[in-house]
Amino acid sequence: MTVRVQAEDFDVGAEIDALTRDRHTIGGVTAFVGLVREIAGGDAVSAMTLEHYPGMTERQLEAIEAEARRRWPLDDVLLVHRYGRLEPGDRIVLVLTASAHRQAAFESCHFLIDWLKTKAPFWKREETPQGDRWVEAKDSDDTAAARWAENPVWPGG
Amino acid sequence: MKVLYFAWLRTRIGVAQEVVEPPAEVTTVGGLVEWLKTRGPTYASALANTKVVKVAVNQEYVPYDHPVGPGDEVALFPPVTGG
Repeated sequence: MTVRVQAEDFDVGAEIDALTRDRHTIGGVTAFVGLVREIAGGDAVSAMTLEHYPGMTERQLEAIEAEARRRWPLDDVLLVHRYGRLEPGDRIVLVLTASAHRQAAFESCHFLIDWLKTKAPFWKREETPQGDRWVEAKDSDDTAAARWAENPVWPGG
Repeated sequence: MKVLYFAWLRTRIGVAQEVVEPPAEVTTVGGLVEWLKTRGPTYASALANTKVVKVAVNQEYVPYDHPVGPGDEVALFPPVTGG
């Protein structure tokens, strides 16, 4: 289980190096990096603050990772999610999936970020010229996550 | 029983966490939320629409009919927006 919730930034290249070093069964790594955008809902965002639920957040991320490992043959998984105040361009989240084959790596990475967005206890508060506001959950995120509920398990190979 | 509030529930109710002693007839999450609403106008307003109030007991998501009791850690929060 490799799940980290931290205020500090992360180095994508260094994380991939650490994940794959001397592990020659890995044929591919998929990385998803989520960034803070400067525009949300048509308004300029000067910064956002991410709040989380220490303890439960880690437990949920571990449960999400376990579900990905159950569905796909993965050599390794890394989930890093930041909290605190972040500015446009800053990295928010990193998902790395490593597998012998690209299909498992791609699909599980997509699954992990979709599930994380609807299940991991994080909340964003944006700073805009109109004042601060809490980000509302999007139905499209629920739809994206629900897609995986019906997805058959990885057929193997 | 410890109750934690996150995101706009925390800012609207005005506390991050508190220890409460609801009456004995409060035995479920739904009962607890209804009882919390009686604690003041900020509670009643923040908890008015329970469709957007998610609940975790002892750090696991639970439905409103889930039991609660003394010693539990109950968290109330809006739908999550991480990632």
